[in-house]
Amino acid sequence: MRKMLLAATALAFVLGGVAEAQTPRKGGTLRLTGPYGASLGSFDIHTTPRAQDGIVAKILHRALYNWDTQNNKPVLELAKSVTVSADGLVHTFKLRDDAYFHNGRRMTADDVIWSYTRIMDGSKGFPGARYVRIIKGAVDVEKGTAKEISGLRKVDDLTVEMTLTSRVDPGFYFFNDTTSILPSEEVAKTTFAAAPVGLGPFKFVEHVPGSRLVAERWEKFYKPGKPYADRVHLMVMGEAAARDVAFRNKEIDTSILGPAQYVAYRADAELSKNILEVAEVFTRNMQMNQAFKPFSDKRVRQAFNHAIDTDLIIKRLVRDKAYRATSWLPIASPAYDKNMKPYAFDPEKAKKLLADAGYKDGFELEWTTSQNESWGLPIVEAAIPYLSRVGIKVKAKLVETAVLTEVAMKGDFQGYITSNQTGPDSLSTLRCFDSRTPRTACNYTGFNNPAFDKLLDDAAAAPDEAKRNALLSQANAFLYEEAPVWFFNYNKAAMAFQPWIHGLQANATELAHQYPEDIWIDERSPAAK
Amino acid sequence: MPLLILRRLGNTIPTIVAVVLVIFTLFSVIPGSFTSSGDDGRMLDAQVMERMRKELGLDEPLYQRFGTYVANLAQGDLGTSFRTREPVTKIIAQRLWPSLKLTLAAMGFAILVGVPLGFIAALKPGSLIDMATMVVAISGLSLPKFWLGLMLMYLFALTLGWLPSFGYGDGGIRHLILPAVALGVSPMALLARTTRAGVLDVLNADFVRTARSKGMSEYRVVRWHVVRNALVLVLTTIGLQFGSLMGQAVVVEKLFSWPGLGSLLVDSVFQRDIPTVQGSILVIVLFFLLINTLVDIAYVIIDPRIRYG
Repeated sequence: MRKMLLAATALAFVLGGVAEAQTPRKGGTLRLTGPYGASLGSFDIHTTPRAQDGIVAKILHRALYNWDTQNNKPVLELAKSVTVSADGLVHTFKLRDDAYFHNGRRMTADDVIWSYTRIMDGSKGFPGARYVRIIKGAVDVEKGTAKEISGLRKVDDLTVEMTLTSRVDPGFYFFNDTTSILPSEEVAKTTFAAAPVGLGPFKFVEHVPGSRLVAERWEKFYKPGKPYADRVHLMVMGEAAARDVAFRNKEIDTSILGPAQYVAYRADAELSKNILEVAEVFTRNMQMNQAFKPFSDKRVRQAFNHAIDTDLIIKRLVRDKAYRATSWLPIASPAYDKNMKPYAFDPEKAKKLLADAGYKDGFELEWTTSQNESWGLPIVEAAIPYLSRVGIKVKAKLVETAVLTEVAMKGDFQGYITSNQTGPDSLSTLRCFDSRTPRTACNYTGFNNPAFDKLLDDAAAAPDEAKRNALLSQANAFLYEEAPVWFFNYNKAAMAFQPWIHGLQANATELAHQYPEDIWIDERSPAAK
Repeated sequence: MPLLILRRLGNTIPTIVAVVLVIFTLFSVIPGSFTSSGDDGRMLDAQVMERMRKELGLDEPLYQRFGTYVANLAQGDLGTSFRTREPVTKIIAQRLWPSLKLTLAAMGFAILVGVPLGFIAALKPGSLIDMATMVVAISGLSLPKFWLGLMLMYLFALTLGWLPSFGYGDGGIRHLILPAVALGVSPMALLARTTRAGVLDVLNADFVRTARSKGMSEYRVVRWHVVRNALVLVLTTIGLQFGSLMGQAVVVEKLFSWPGLGSLLVDSVFQRDIPTVQGSILVIVLFFLLINTLVDIAYVIIDPRIRYG
């Protein structure tokens, strides 16, 4: 009995200790990093789609939805509830009554309508237009034939009715930072892009261009008790080696790891304890242009997938900082089928497939690539010997990343290696292989298969989420079979963090996009005060 | 003197025009555009790209864009950044002071260390200090700035903990030291070599031999003859290095997250933010020309025998 009592006491002590250690602590400065090289662009988040600016957006701005990193799905953020009509087209949002802009004004339905209308301004190239376009009448505003989006209606100050053009989940569209809700009176000021006002957990204080952003706690943020930290410092640190020194020197709390750092950190007894990993919604692949004769034959495309020892390239060259791609949809996708197996490395089968397709002696391929270390020239160079063994003679054509998009959109390639954002919305990403999607819109391979199109249409019309995901999963399996691309890998993003920082999330949409209101630091941090 | 300054400034105008023309043409004809420079997998929607091209004037013919650019330039307007949608003049103004501060600090380091080292080495040719100076000079010239910067970070930030490893901080001197040294080592090495060569040259000149044979003390020889005559060569090197240092700061600024023109230029090139690229290069070129003009004027002050056409 005494032993049991002792054990219970010890257990209570341990649990109590854990509970206390996990109780978020208020105060201090979060020292996050912007790892994507370029200095921050505009803080008018409607104008910029860049990942680096998205980190800032999470600090300063908020959109109608947010991304639930644990369950990998969009959740309401600026609305308390949503009701959906029977046909799935009309969504009525009850907005939060406690969301205040950093200038102290409460957010209303007018702000939502104004923000979406602004994004559709036809004279501007706002990147969020691709998402807002799903609202009925948005395209009319874009074309300049209407001044208001007919599918948006203010029911009252805190209720917005949104009519969509098709039966899709608006959460996948309106969680994107580029659709953040902004205050019109502040945007009208010429200073807005440099000194923004938003709905986020922190308000803007200072920006040293090319170096850092400083923001402080917004006391009227709508989530009770949050944010925990007093301030956020976002350091622009594009150089991985410099980040490594700063991280080891305890000057920063988080650091996105490149392949070289990933290996070093994993090998270090201490640093390896604090690495956050996630399979991001990016699929690295080589797109095969169907207009290039050999690739119009499915067997050639399959042969290509069998010919390369993809696992070995991931292990040795990508240093295991990736997950083997089974098909197009990434692991975090709701329609991802974890039972799928990737193409096996089987040169003999590849040779047979090529012979069956009439390419017994192989063929010559010009493979367009950028310098990118994770999905560029080094990967192409590693694949060349494998392809050579089955008769495919590859000549690498090196271009800059900025050129790669143009090459893809013009169809000016035989094959090109890239990294595609393949989520989180499974339907829209699979539409990139819909024959009705133009090459410029993302059907870069020129894939054309009516059976595949029908699967997508059926999924779009599915009555519920489970049915839709099942159909999308089928479509994904169909793509695996058709192999319009070489399925290389899903990006494994890795973030090193200091032992005193808590509340970081494995955000599959972009690991660097953290929710700063959930993050707190304990007293061990040099910036705890 | 005022005439000299005016003439020198007048000579810079064709250079500026040529630079503007070359930069504009180059960045307009190379493949890739701002709208296609998205990061990892985040390609813009085709319709958005089209709208953006229109908004930014990228759909206009090259000659028309050039005409607009030159007309705006004549009014001191460097255009609007594609990336931030802010006036380029404003963006550059924000970056200019940190760049100047870094350049001045680096050059200060180079002069304060390089010139005395070169002098001492020249006055004791073949000595241990001479050889050591040359080793430092050759190393300093050959070390890549990126590597050197990293080593400085490891040593002074990570190992010794004396200085912060990166960033601008509050603009104080602690954050400035490491990037300034990383940037200043190469001109320091060059200055040490040039000073040594210049001083040795003068020391072997007839007029120095004559001065010595007249019984002038070594201190006076150096003070009155060597320093003054060697200074022209040293000053030339300082001018050339100073002028180009702002352009060379690219790597250092990126490495240390220093908010200067160099890092702005690199970001803008990769993102095809043409107005910002043009503006940044123009300012760097103007800085170079200005420093050279100042050096020419300094020549005349140091050695009144020098005359310009």
